[in-house]
This record gives sequence, structure tokens and C-alpha cells, in this order.
Amino acid sequence: MAEVLTQRTPAAVHQPEGNFLTENPGLLNWMFTVDHKRIGLMYFWTIMTMFFVGGVLALALRTELLTPKTTIVSAEVYNQLFTLHGVIMTFLVLVPVIPATLGNFVLPMMLGAKDVAFPRLNLLSYYLYVFGALLAVGAIIGGGLDTGWTFYTPYSSTISGGVSIMTMGAFVLGFSSILTGVNFIATIHKLRAPGLSWYNMPLFVWGMYATAVIQVLATPVIGITMVLLLMERLFQVGIFDASLGGDPVLFQHFFWFYSHPVVYIMILPGMACISEVIPTFSHKPIFGYKAVAWSSVGIAVVSFFVWGHHMFVSGQSEFAGAIFSFLTFVVAIPSGVKVWNWLATMYRGSISLGAPMLYAIAFLLLFGIGGLTGLFLATVAVDVHLHDTYFIVAHFHYVMMGGTLIAFFAGLHYWWPKMYGRMYNEFWAAIGCLLVFLGFNGTFIPQFIVGSRGMPRRYYNYLDQFQFLHVASTIGSYVLGIGLVIMAATLIVPLFRKRYDAPNNPWGAASLEWTVSSPPPTHNFHHVPVVTHGPYDFKAARRLEQMESHS
Amino acid sequence: MMPVTQASDYAREVDSIYMFITYFGIFFYSIIIIALGYFIHKYRRRRKNEDTPDITHNTALEVIWTVIPSIPLVVMAFWGFNTYMQARVAPADSLEIKVIAKKWAWEFTYPNGMSFGQEMHVPAGRPVKLVMISQDVIHDFFLPDFRIKADIVPSRYTQLWFQADEPGEHQVYCAEYCGRDHSNMLAKVVVDTEEQYQQWLEQKAEEAMNMPLPELGKLLYVNKGCNTCHSIDGTRIQGPSFKGIWGQTHQFSNAQPAVVDENYIRESLLQPTAKVRAGYEAIMPSFQGLLREREIQALAEYVKSLK
Repeated sequence: MAEVLTQRTPAAVHQPEGNFLTENPGLLNWMFTVDHKRIGLMYFWTIMTMFFVGGVLALALRTELLTPKTTIVSAEVYNQLFTLHGVIMTFLVLVPVIPATLGNFVLPMMLGAKDVAFPRLNLLSYYLYVFGALLAVGAIIGGGLDTGWTFYTPYSSTISGGVSIMTMGAFVLGFSSILTGVNFIATIHKLRAPGLSWYNMPLFVWGMYATAVIQVLATPVIGITMVLLLMERLFQVGIFDASLGGDPVLFQHFFWFYSHPVVYIMILPGMACISEVIPTFSHKPIFGYKAVAWSSVGIAVVSFFVWGHHMFVSGQSEFAGAIFSFLTFVVAIPSGVKVWNWLATMYRGSISLGAPMLYAIAFLLLFGIGGLTGLFLATVAVDVHLHDTYFIVAHFHYVMMGGTLIAFFAGLHYWWPKMYGRMYNEFWAAIGCLLVFLGFNGTFIPQFIVGSRGMPRRYYNYLDQFQFLHVASTIGSYVLGIGLVIMAATLIVPLFRKRYDAPNNPWGAASLEWTVSSPPPTHNFHHVPVVTHGPYDFKAARRLEQMESHS
Repeated sequence: MMPVTQASDYAREVDSIYMFITYFGIFFYSIIIIALGYFIHKYRRRRKNEDTPDITHNTALEVIWTVIPSIPLVVMAFWGFNTYMQARVAPADSLEIKVIAKKWAWEFTYPNGMSFGQEMHVPAGRPVKLVMISQDVIHDFFLPDFRIKADIVPSRYTQLWFQADEPGEHQVYCAEYCGRDHSNMLAKVVVDTEEQYQQWLEQKAEEAMNMPLPELGKLLYVNKGCNTCHSIDGTRIQGPSFKGIWGQTHQFSNAQPAVVDENYIRESLLQPTAKVRAGYEAIMPSFQGLLREREIQALAEYVKSLK
């Protein structure tokens, strides 16, 4: 069944038309735009700026750890640096990176819509992000905050400087995240094109939907926690501080009640990107569509009930420990199943190794390690040994960077031609991917070893016996840094070279965003598209394209 | 293999689970790598518009690959929890040592009510139970050779226990971030034979009782962790140096100037925030109830001796 998706007049095909990048130029038009694509790009550059800062901080941290004692900075500065690195990377990069950039850009187009359901709210959430980011980073730098990104009480409620403002920043950022979530839920429910049933939606949309549900339900908790922390600091209301009659461990419960689901706010969008890239580059429908779609929703629901696995050694009851351990294994299963689905999609496919696919393969290898090392930490007795060591540091970097960020890079290389209408050099993209992959493993494999040998995290000085592994890790981080610079250059250079112009559908994908020009026109579609085939029915999509090019 | 000393039966049990999970991981990771490598090689795209079969799902296969890997996960969950419970319940005949953690030092108090610094001595072959509390922020007692760890929280006791196989020395870390000198908050567990342990305890107690006051003060200066914040050579750490302060008149941010004498030292130990040296922060914990009269005198004598 091959039907016309977008009915363009022949004249419109041949006439060079304006696109969202070139129509309505000027700074003010960008700053006050309600176009989801422009907001997506504004988010993209802002978040990448934060990622650059966070990355430079990481390199500074690794450089300090070259020697067991002082290398380049003092203990105070080191503690502030890892706090800043953690806050920037989790709250300002990982949480928004995929939904706010790729999600904003492609989600409405995937649904055949002109924009998100609430375009002005979308712009508001961008400015809340910018304002929250300024507050948070300003507070840490200005106040010399050194609590780590987890702000555990009573340490955070007793030290002076910056905590209150930082708290406000986290509060504002939370609203930015909630508004994006509300917007996506409404958009997915109400703005689907005719024929786009739930099971015809690309899996990217399913992933965004599950993410949005967590954003809306979990984020208020961190907001409330931050308000309580603020009340304690300003009005001496005893909530977390033992000396005021509060309970310091209560903070950890509140914190992880948000911050564990937030891990899934980060990883579900990553899985969503991979679920687009692998079928497209295998030129074969995704294996087990419904299993992949519903496992996202399942992960989202169970993610609310596993926070206590961060607290096996905090003094919580043994019974609670048993329950949280069990539920953590339960949430591991759907994540593992997705890996089988992606592999089975490649089986008997026709696999082309474009840059997005290379990053997707890197994702499978890295996220595999991240997921499997998670089993050590779900097992209570083993976690007790590994808790708060470098093993944890390595594990969550494998999940967060090896998972979310590598998946983001896969998605970025996948949709980059759509965003800017330019192709990039595949050779250099592959070199970038290879260096990122090798550098990443070089950085974090030594940390698994150093951690299982008992070296705690957040240590400025360390015992001499760990130096060799730390030096190896630092060298790995430099390779990783070089890989990221090559990746960025590979993507940016073609923006200034017209001969790299991208076709509408460079990868032969089947979802709606590839039926419009690259970059897309301001209003996405000239007519409301009618969907007649599934998001991974590449044969039908190809027949449609051929029909259109003949007409 | 976990390349860390296995100092107890419990450590060996934890490592067995660790190895079980490692083998599980290696097995499934190998499947991923082999499948990935094979598919990329065998099914690489050979020409444009190459056709692929429309395989959309296979319910039986999906059920199998969900259920089979779940079985070892159940084993991990139960084995892990059962083993953990062993580390939670200390035998009734345990030797009890009280642990006080503070920024950034440890204090280990033995059944005779005395404490002797940053080395915890325990006898081999006897269960040792730690009853722990923090004086300020959350700390964490981490003894990797025994695979045990527990947070130390203010206003609530937490417990750990372990039983060492044989004499030896083991590293203790603070594993919960506690501020500037977190990475220097180290200690040692020294495992002696039962006789050595008793001898050590008696000898230390005797030394402490008979020692001349300035010498006892010097010992306490290290054992009680004064040295993490106060130098004796004039350099500034967190707090003011002790060098040459006896008899001087000090300026305070919250009190009238006062002379450094026995009463001032006593007050600074028991109510450290009553007089805060100008230019320093009020961060010293109180030693109320933690020092005997003779020990306070000893510390005053020690400060007096630092010319």
C-alpha cells in the first residue's frame, strides 16, 4: 500500500523554498521564536556549551589525579571541580540533552505536526533552563560549593556559601524539565497525523513519551526537597540536620526518589535514538516493536521503586534493602531485552556502517558493560564492597556517557543532515567515533579495577599503589577529549561548505521527518500528511519516494 | 579474581558471588560481541536497494530470551541478600569497639574505655563488632579487605562486624564524602593474635596512665586527631597553630580577648565555639565527655611545652 505522504505540487518541488533556518533571520526572531526546530537548535548549542565546560572540568580532574598528591590544584579546588562537573553533566547536559534538542527538533515532525502542542511553553522552558543554569553554575563558582552533585545533608546544610542559590537553580531547572514533559505528552496524544496510530509511531516517540511521564511525575519531588533544604538553611526548620532534630538520611530518600528515575530520563531517550538508527541502517524493520515500546513504559514505571539501591550502606532497614535489590533486578530485565531486540533487528538485515550506526554499535558495546556491571551493584552483598568506590564511578559513566551520550551522538549524526541540510565527512566521523570509543574505555576500564580494589571516589589524595591505573585512566580521557573535538569539527565544518548539501532522506528512513526537505520548511509540512505505512516499513517508504520523484 | 586480600570467610563468600556475576557477564557479553561481529560481517550491505526479509517479531524467542537470563538474576538477588544478612547480625560474643568519626579523624574506643589513635587493634579469630556514630557529617567506615562498609551518621548508631582469619594490617577508608580532607581520613585495622592484642591493650593503658603529662598530651594530639587541623610548627591548617601560643592574648570574633591558659584550653576542648579565634571558622567539634580530666590537663601541658 503505497500512498502519497505529502502532496506537493511539482512547482514546489523545483522552486527553492525557504527553510526554518533562513526565513525570518535576525537575533530577535530567534530569541522569541516559538518554532520547535529553532528552540531545539537553541537548546542544542546551549547544552553543547555546558557539555564543553563539563568536559574541560573532567580533563582537569583527570590531570589532577595523575599523581597521588597535589598535581595542579588544591584539595578545595578539586572538590569544587568535581561538584561542578557532576552538576553540569547531570542536570544541565544529560537530563535535557536528547529530549530538548533532538526531541524538540524531530518529535513534532515524526508525528506529522507543525509544532509541539504548546509552542510558547516550549520557549519558556528554554529560558527557564538558561536561568536555572546560570543560577546553579553561578552559585557553585561564586560560593565555592564542594558538596558533590548529590548535596547530601548534613554536609550541605551545614557548610556556608552558595547552597541556597544552587538550590534555587535546581528548582528552576526542574520546571524547565517538567514543562518539556507536559508539552511532549500533550503533543503525542493530540497532534498525531491521520493514520498515525500508537503502534505506527516511531519508537523514538515511545521513548520520549515514557521519558515525559517520568519528568512530570518525578521532578516535583526534587523541587520539594530543594524547598525543604532551603527552609532548613534559612529558617532553621529541622528536617535533615540532626542537630536541629532532623534526619540526614531522609534527604537521601528524597534525593534518590527523584535522582534514580532521572537516570531513566537520561537513558530512555538514548534507547529511543538507537531504536531509530539500528533499523534504518539495517534496512530492516525493528524486531519486536511492541516489546521495545512497552519495555520503555515498563522501565519508566519500575524506575520509581528502586531508589533505595543507592542506600544499601546508609543504615536503611535490611528488609528495605532486600526489596530494593529485587526490584533493581526486575528493572534490569527490560533493559537487557532491548539489547536482544536490537541485535535481532540486525539479523539478516542489510547493514551499512554510516556514522550513526557506528555510534549505535559503540552504544551496544558500552551500554552492555554499563548494564552488566549494574548487576554487581544490584546484589546487596557485593554492592556493600563496591559502593562509593571508583567501580560506581566507572559504572555510571558507562551508562550515562557510554549509554546516553553515545546514543545522543548516534542520533545527532543521524538527524544532523535534517537539522542543517548538510552531510558530513564519513571518514572523519568514523575516526572521531573510534577515538571516542577507545578513549572512553581507556578512561573507565582502569576505574573498574581501581574501584574493586577498594579505592573510594571523591578522593583528592590516593595511595601510591593506585597510581598506574589512574595514569592509564587520565591518558584515556585525553584520547576521549581528542575524539570529541574531531567529532565536533566533522559536524561543524560542512555547515560552511555548500557542496555538502543533504537530500531529503539520506539514509532511506521511513518516518515522516524524512519526507520534508533538509532543512525543513518553517511549518514542516505544506499539507497534513496521511500515514499509510509503519515507521520501519522501508520498502513502502522507498516506493513512495520513487513515485514522488516521477511525478 | 578480585585482587584484594581476602581477610575473612565473609570476604571469600562475597567474592564467590562477585565471580558468579563476572562469569554471567562474560557469557552474555560474549554473545553480544559475537552476534554483533557476525551480523556486521555477514549481513553488510552489498548494493543499493538490497532487500531484507520482513521479520517483525517472534513471540516464543522473545519469551525465551527474557526468561532464561532472569533465572541467574534470581540467584544473584537471593545469594547477595543472604550473605549481606550475615554481615548485619554480629555474634553475641563479639568484642565491641566504639567508633567515633569526625572531620577528619577516627576514634576507636576499646571495652576498657580507652582509645589509642588511628590504628584499631583487634584479635584474630574473634568476631569484632563496631558500634559507630558521627560527630558532624556523614562518614563511612570502609574496610575493603573484609568487603564491609557502613555509613556513620550523626545522632544514630550504625553497626558492622567482622572476624579476621589471621594477624595482618588492613586499610580503612572514609568512603562517604565529608569535605576538604575526606581523602586523608584514613586508618588501619591491625589484627594481632589474641595474646598480642591483650598485651598491646594492657601496655597502652599503662602507658597512658603513667606517662608524664606533656608526653600524654603529645600522644593525644595525634590520637584524638588534633593534628588534622592544628599544626605545631606555626603553619595554618584549618585551625590556629599551637606553636608558642601559651600565655599570649588572643582576639576572638565572638568574645572579649583572653589569655591562653589552662581554663582557655579546657573551654576550647569542651565548648569550642564559645571563643572563636578571629579569622578562623567555628568548625571544631566538642570533646565533651570524650576526654578525662587527666587528658585535658595533659593537652594543656603539651600546648604549654610548644615554644
